[in-house]
Amino acid sequence: MKTVRLTIDKKVVEVQAGKTILDAARIAGIHIPTLCHHPDLCVAGNCRVCVVEQVGVRTLQASCAVPVADGMEIITNSAKVQQARRHILELLLSEHRSDCVNCYKNNHCELQDLAAKYIFTPVTLIPLPALQHYTIDSSSPSIIKDDSKCIRCQRCVRTCTQLQHVTALTVSHKGHEQKISTFMDKLLNDVVCTNCGQCVNRCPTGALTERNYIQEVWDALLDPNTHVVVQTAPAVRVALGEELGFDVGERVTGKMVSALKTLGFDSVLDTDFTADLTIMEEGTELLTRLKAVLTEKADAGTLLPMTTSCSPGWIKFIEHKFPDYLTNVSSCKSPQQMFGALAKTYYARKRKLNPAKIVSVSIMPCTAKKYEADRPEMRSSGFKDVDYVLTTRELARMIKMAGIDFMSLPDQEHDSLMGESSGAAVIFGATGGVMEAALRTAYELVTGREVPFANLDIKPVRGMEGVREANITIEGCLPEWSFLEGVELKLAVAHGLTNAWEVMQAVKQGKAEFHFIEVMACPGGCLGGGGQPIPTNSEIRLKRAQAIYEEDAGKHIRKSHENPEVLALYKDFLEAPMSHKSHELLHTYYIERHCN
Amino acid sequence: MEKTVLEEIIYRQGAQRDRLLPILQDVVEQQNFLTEGDMLHIANLLQMSAAEVYGTASFYSFLPLNRKGKYMIRLCKSIIAKMKGSDQVLAAITDQLGIKPGETTADGVFSLELVNDIGWSDREPAMLINDKVFTDLDPVKVTHILTNYLKQASTQAFVTNLSTN
Amino acid sequence: MTNTSTVRKTDLIFGRSLDTLTLLRNAMQRDKDGLIQELIDSGLRGRGGAGFPTGLKWKFAKGAPGNEKYIICNADEGEPGTFKDRVILEKAADKVFAGMGLCGWLTGATKGFIYLRNEYIWMRNHILAQMNDMNEAFRQMKLDFSIGLKMGSGAYVCGEETALIESMESKRGEPRNKPPFPAIAGYEDKPTVVNNVETWVYALLISYIGADVFAAYGTEQSTGSKLFSVSGDTPKPGVYELEMGMKLSDFVAEFGDGDTKAVQVGGASGFCVPRRKFDQVIIGFEGIPTGGSMMLFNSHRSMYHVLHNFLEFFMEESCGQCTPCRVGCQQLLLGIEAVKSKTKPAQYLDTLMEFTETMRLASKCGLGQSVGNAFNSIVNEFYEEMIY
Repeated sequence: MKTVRLTIDKKVVEVQAGKTILDAARIAGIHIPTLCHHPDLCVAGNCRVCVVEQVGVRTLQASCAVPVADGMEIITNSAKVQQARRHILELLLSEHRSDCVNCYKNNHCELQDLAAKYIFTPVTLIPLPALQHYTIDSSSPSIIKDDSKCIRCQRCVRTCTQLQHVTALTVSHKGHEQKISTFMDKLLNDVVCTNCGQCVNRCPTGALTERNYIQEVWDALLDPNTHVVVQTAPAVRVALGEELGFDVGERVTGKMVSALKTLGFDSVLDTDFTADLTIMEEGTELLTRLKAVLTEKADAGTLLPMTTSCSPGWIKFIEHKFPDYLTNVSSCKSPQQMFGALAKTYYARKRKLNPAKIVSVSIMPCTAKKYEADRPEMRSSGFKDVDYVLTTRELARMIKMAGIDFMSLPDQEHDSLMGESSGAAVIFGATGGVMEAALRTAYELVTGREVPFANLDIKPVRGMEGVREANITIEGCLPEWSFLEGVELKLAVAHGLTNAWEVMQAVKQGKAEFHFIEVMACPGGCLGGGGQPIPTNSEIRLKRAQAIYEEDAGKHIRKSHENPEVLALYKDFLEAPMSHKSHELLHTYYIERHCN
Repeated sequence: MEKTVLEEIIYRQGAQRDRLLPILQDVVEQQNFLTEGDMLHIANLLQMSAAEVYGTASFYSFLPLNRKGKYMIRLCKSIIAKMKGSDQVLAAITDQLGIKPGETTADGVFSLELVNDIGWSDREPAMLINDKVFTDLDPVKVTHILTNYLKQASTQAFVTNLSTN
Repeated sequence: MTNTSTVRKTDLIFGRSLDTLTLLRNAMQRDKDGLIQELIDSGLRGRGGAGFPTGLKWKFAKGAPGNEKYIICNADEGEPGTFKDRVILEKAADKVFAGMGLCGWLTGATKGFIYLRNEYIWMRNHILAQMNDMNEAFRQMKLDFSIGLKMGSGAYVCGEETALIESMESKRGEPRNKPPFPAIAGYEDKPTVVNNVETWVYALLISYIGADVFAAYGTEQSTGSKLFSVSGDTPKPGVYELEMGMKLSDFVAEFGDGDTKAVQVGGASGFCVPRRKFDQVIIGFEGIPTGGSMMLFNSHRSMYHVLHNFLEFFMEESCGQCTPCRVGCQQLLLGIEAVKSKTKPAQYLDTLMEFTETMRLASKCGLGQSVGNAFNSIVNEFYEEMIY
């Protein structure tokens, strides 16, 4: 690899050719402020906060956009740079409604951070007239878009387009009218938005935030007449700590449970329980579909490939973009919604509670889960199955509000009845996890033997590659599964909707034949979800994934079909996977949606 | 725009992302503006996001996104135009047609916009009506021009009536 | 190479010379490197306003690897007060196209485009006819080169070459980050030469008259002549081909109405020169360069209105992607209104001028970088008019 030598603030730096000045400065330990730059996204070079002086060049250079060259002399802190940086921040502040103390992102705002660092004299600029007549789009149950906080860095647009292939957001108009829009400036809830919240994760200000249900949950907790149950998604436990003083990648499962109990939840249960249940249902569904295709010569195209259905961002994406493939999506509800349906039926019955008095809350790494809970189909208990969805960030905020000293909390276990889970459920939080969990169960069901991977770790489906493919040949089937003997199962895992789109394009064009596809809408899977702590980048996601696999390895039960509470649930209530009752409570259907 | 007409345009230009602007230009040339339906249909056929079509179209001043009249008047508002009396020309247009910049006459015949320099600083005030240019305007001259257009429009309406009856 | 005391008119572009195809055929008899050297020696710099040496640009493109290269004529003439490209395209489009063909032959490019602003749609048929004739001529002279027409859709910023390229690719006309420059990665990421309408004609003419004859006009840094678009308070608005390097006082003597108070040199993105500085200013790269726009204002005109008009223009025509330009233009306009209405003190003008320095240093493209030219020169020279 060719390297380039340059000096930054008189320090000689040698870096790979093709790196930017910003990259080189970071390698040299020199801090340059940025706003539009994001490590997950392509270069924009439009906020100009990162400008530096290059000796011999007439204008300042945007360090995020200019590649290094031999002999370059860069100054990152000259008087010229300082003034330009301060001016640019002042200009941004003049188009930003700086109502910081009333802002949901107060203290979590990159613009505010930079202002705190670089602005030390009163700003004299005139607030732009547009700030006097703004509207806030709160049409979506997941995301709130407030243009008066927008600084046009376009991170959201790049996220929505590059990472997610959704392009619900675009840049529209020009000059003083330029802004971030949807198609025809429609409401966010009326366009292709999948509610994935990846834009929220990358918005430097309060322009895009999750719609929060903190007050609603407090109200429920403080109401003596309700029984509030909470479920915690697998990926929350490996990221919540980041908001509360822990290093990235530290697992805080036990403290999370303690904190939830302290907050006053009547029962702290686990989405992991229904993740195991999902494997039972979805694994059975896959085998049923395989059987139909292999033995009954059913119409293969509508049954296979089967895709997972746990990611609500993916569901809305396929409803908008590949409506012809809705029959290919597993009919299983997501673990969150399975939990919700059971909380107000099975749990209520077992605990002798009036389901009307149960408030069902979920803690999710996800903003799309808020939308999912609001879908009209999700009322199979006769009530709204999941009442409120909080993101990891909202939970952290409630913990802070309650004055809980999170770090010193003791570790506690989830409550029983829908609190037990296997390692297979935990790994739902990482890309490839549902696939791995399903294989652990389905392979054993079909062959009577464990999957042939050391420690049950199915390494080929793990990792951060955008699309991963794996083939597993089934040999030594039990008699009732003999139709699968010698079949090579073709599997694919995709995370991030752009990768999902590519896999589906390949399927659509007949270029790929898969039996089973796992799709997670967010990069890295749920651990990189839109409701997770900010910031996000590939390094952070990798650490969270490591934590997830550690949690799995430490579980005494590693396979979903060995979860005793799940087995009890079937025995006492559901009878069998894909039973009539299961269909009623745990399965759903999908809706074709317009493509704009 | 009729879907068949739009599809004909797209067929002629090629259904590719990099033909978007020529397609939008052709639509605007025929009906003077773009509708939501047009943009959606174009997005579908070009296999791109509707938001991106909208984002691209809204960048350009000559691709209007709301209903415009049959004749699009674009009066130059450059400093030279102002110095040469474009405000009086504007007043004459407003008097005659009863519309202000950004508006369309009730009968849908004329729309009026003020635009940046159109390249006639030697002969301002100047304006475009669709793809024709008019220079050295004054209130009297512009009134004559618009009267001719009005006649043309009513003759056409008459002919259309005849042929439909 | 001396400054004449009066404005020297030339007639290279519209004058009678050899017929266009003969010019092209003659040029194509020559050694390619020699011809490019001739262009470099002539000192010809881009006539759109930025003034990059044309010969060098062509040399880079010739040296760029690969055989897919593009030649683009920038006919997105949108600078307020400019209309000379309109006249060239009306009267001498064949020379423009022949110049492009010459560049194609020199650089190995086989495809060219003219990007014509939508405001000139009325001449589209004329352009198409001229273009088709020239393409036919290329075919007959076995020159593997053809030109296509791309229409603009109404955006001043598309005059910036990378924004123009984005627009040609059917995107929003937003300037790109540079590097890479178009000579390396332009249209469809291939090496691309973008020149102004006028530059193509001069390049063709220089291949015939020679660098020496061309460089005999003008000054050392501003050789040759160029077309000027003269407008405003003048008895004879129009397009004139004048020697580069003239004194502004001579220009005013020729074109003024006897009461000229200020001249805006180079359009809204250029500089305003007040009467008392007319004889200190040279029109050219050693003084004030211009893409050709020369707007004259007499003592009846309010320079506040002039500046207000320019700032409205920039506020609307900024592409909006970079902060200094998008917000800066709005702040400058709000600022002069606030000073005029006494809601801000006069000193606020000085603050605004500091901001124009940031716009110059930190904007992504030439649009934002040059807004301060008009702002600072008008505010400094007509400070009182801004306040009272």
